[in-house]
Amino acid sequence: MDFSDTPQEAEYRARARDFLDAHKDKLPSLSGSEAARLKKQRIWQAIKADNGYACITWDSEWGGAGGTAMERVIFREEEAGRGVPDAFFGIGLGLCVPTIIKYASDKQKAELVRPAVRGDQIWCQLFSEPAAGSDLAGVRAKAVADGDEWVVSGQKVWTSGAHYSDWGLVITRTDPSKPKHKGLTMFFVAMDSPGIEIRPIHQMSGGVEFNEVFFNDVRIPDAQRLGEIDAGWGVAIYALMNERVQGGKERGIPAGETIRLARSTPVADGTLADDGAFRAAFADWYVRTRGVQLTRYRTLTAMSRGQTPGPEASIGKLVTAFELQEMSRRLVEAQGPFGLIDDRAMAFCEGNVHHDLLHAPGIRIAGGTDEILRNIIAERVLGLPKEPQPDKNVPFSETK
Amino acid sequence: MNFDFSEDQEMLRKEVRKFLEARCPLTRARKVLDDSEASFDVELWEELVGQGWTALSIPEQFGGLGMSRTDLCVLAEELGRVLAPVPFASTVYILAEALMIAGDGVQKDKLAEIAAGDCIGCIAISEGPGEPSFERIGSRVERGRLTGTKQPVTDGLAATDALVWARDESGTPRLFLVPLEQDGVTREKLDTLDPSRDAARIVFDGAAAEPIGAPWLLDRLLDGAAVLLAFEQVGGADRAMEQAVAYAKERYAFGRPVGSYQAIKHTLADAYVNNQIARSNAYYGIWALDSGSDDLAQAAAAARVAACHAYWFAAREALHAHGGIGFTWEADQHLFYRRALQLDMVIGSPRMWRERLFEQVEAQGEKMKAEAS
Repeated sequence: MDFSDTPQEAEYRARARDFLDAHKDKLPSLSGSEAARLKKQRIWQAIKADNGYACITWDSEWGGAGGTAMERVIFREEEAGRGVPDAFFGIGLGLCVPTIIKYASDKQKAELVRPAVRGDQIWCQLFSEPAAGSDLAGVRAKAVADGDEWVVSGQKVWTSGAHYSDWGLVITRTDPSKPKHKGLTMFFVAMDSPGIEIRPIHQMSGGVEFNEVFFNDVRIPDAQRLGEIDAGWGVAIYALMNERVQGGKERGIPAGETIRLARSTPVADGTLADDGAFRAAFADWYVRTRGVQLTRYRTLTAMSRGQTPGPEASIGKLVTAFELQEMSRRLVEAQGPFGLIDDRAMAFCEGNVHHDLLHAPGIRIAGGTDEILRNIIAERVLGLPKEPQPDKNVPFSETK
Repeated sequence: MNFDFSEDQEMLRKEVRKFLEARCPLTRARKVLDDSEASFDVELWEELVGQGWTALSIPEQFGGLGMSRTDLCVLAEELGRVLAPVPFASTVYILAEALMIAGDGVQKDKLAEIAAGDCIGCIAISEGPGEPSFERIGSRVERGRLTGTKQPVTDGLAATDALVWARDESGTPRLFLVPLEQDGVTREKLDTLDPSRDAARIVFDGAAAEPIGAPWLLDRLLDGAAVLLAFEQVGGADRAMEQAVAYAKERYAFGRPVGSYQAIKHTLADAYVNNQIARSNAYYGIWALDSGSDDLAQAAAAARVAACHAYWFAAREALHAHGGIGFTWEADQHLFYRRALQLDMVIGSPRMWRERLFEQVEAQGEKMKAEAS
């Protein structure tokens, strides 16, 4: 049990710090328009790729550095500590491109992987549909074979970054006469293909991160099929497993800053930081968010020992999203009526806590709702029986 | 970073679990619970001593095995799983630690007695309602003689020696080492929420008492105990949850196992999450304790707050998941329910520890800010 860096880790951290310090003027930040931020992030991604800091754990064959999961975390800790956002490339490099590496042809890999690692090309994931959310296998977008092409029609939704992506991973239904999970096929598709229409989704938080993506008879070469025909569910599971290992970032304002904020918030004849109810709630929030962070270090330890991470890796988002929602509300509410003011110029922390409060509901839904995550823990970790599934073994075309 | 147990420690766990599964089924805790005269399981205690467990963390020069606190926490978790009705925590996590940290030459001789199982400890802090506090403490020592009443004192009947929190002649609260087999000490059994653990009222009336350590020793001891008890709590919480999971798979209602209903599933998933959160905070705590980190006070408070919450939730909901049968005396669920409460309050309740945690996080935040600027 050793929480400190090993000598090798300390050395790696020192090198990462030197690298970051040497590129101070190139570090992207959260400010500016999306286009401006994207431009800076692309430049930064290429610099990282040239120096072995993009895709740290990947083989050098794919433009990685052949490093350890721990090194990836160390670099990210140092990067995050300097305010560099983790944006734009996460879905591609965390989920789509690993799937390409596993399922695509050598020629495709040679063309696709390095540009993604360098940030020259961006990927999005086209899985969810209006009727396929938590029940992801309920995909209806259909792909029909036509010579050596497939014709795809249907609607995808909640596609992060579709509007700036070059490529997408799309799951389609190829045989509706088979049960739900068995008639699905995965493809990758150029996002500028004729027939793809992208419409932004205006979120309740005000942001526009996601899109609806319509496929109107979009033609995809059979060569862009990933895995066997009707075996796309396994490919999707592979892609999403990568997401889970990748996932889990810090959210909200840090503990020390939360307390300083409470110190500056007047309550009765003292401050929020003197209020017993707040202090107790803070302590509970602290042990839960800190517990998730520490659990991640247990997962990393398992990985660095060459073991498969245990099921504890799955608790992160379930805890942090809810805690973010409740702590944000608590901090805003403590301002009294003034807390209603959601104006960056007037609100505390430049309105970031107000933003978290409006953003948190989405985090509790995206990438597995709280309820689905609890089901996963109960069924896959604790081994509790599944609920009856009326659509099991029924042709998809006959399900409701 | 190597944030898990070593192979040797996993081996130790295997051996300990095998031994306790054979020697300490839940009937051992129940026996003490049901026997109004028993304060602890003497036979089990002797077996644990025979295994060298009371000697584990004591340095070799004092007759111990010289192993680490991290080895010790492996035992703690396993003892927690089986609800071992013995004065292990009071003796090993508290008295032995006090002697190792602050004992003078003669006082340290007691370590060999602990290693050999001849000395049992207890810590006497509480006097009346409310968290033990600096302001309210009434016990005092004058010219080496202690006067005051402590209640409840966990393991107060079993113990041979007590650490007693009392004011010295200058009025400063600190710890005193008090042999309990002496005139001027009267002990009386107390009924508590967890009769599988020993508790006493101890009246000191001019008992001989010698100071041990500086006034800060109590905080340091409580921090160490918080971490090791957190492992007992995690062990108990996991076991309570496992029992509920097993029952929910077998018990049918409305034609389905009750564990297939989301109401039960989600509750047990929450228990799992709480237990993992508690485990991770406990790991950080034991690292801080074993490495002598400055972070100990914060890490210990976090470990304790998380563990208290996890055990209470798991014990409460595991009992509930058993339905009516869980409410019977014969079912084991109330043993966990009771032990969760016992461990919740024994070294100050979560209320006190949340407060300590807030203070520590604030202090550390200020320190980091000062260092940065």
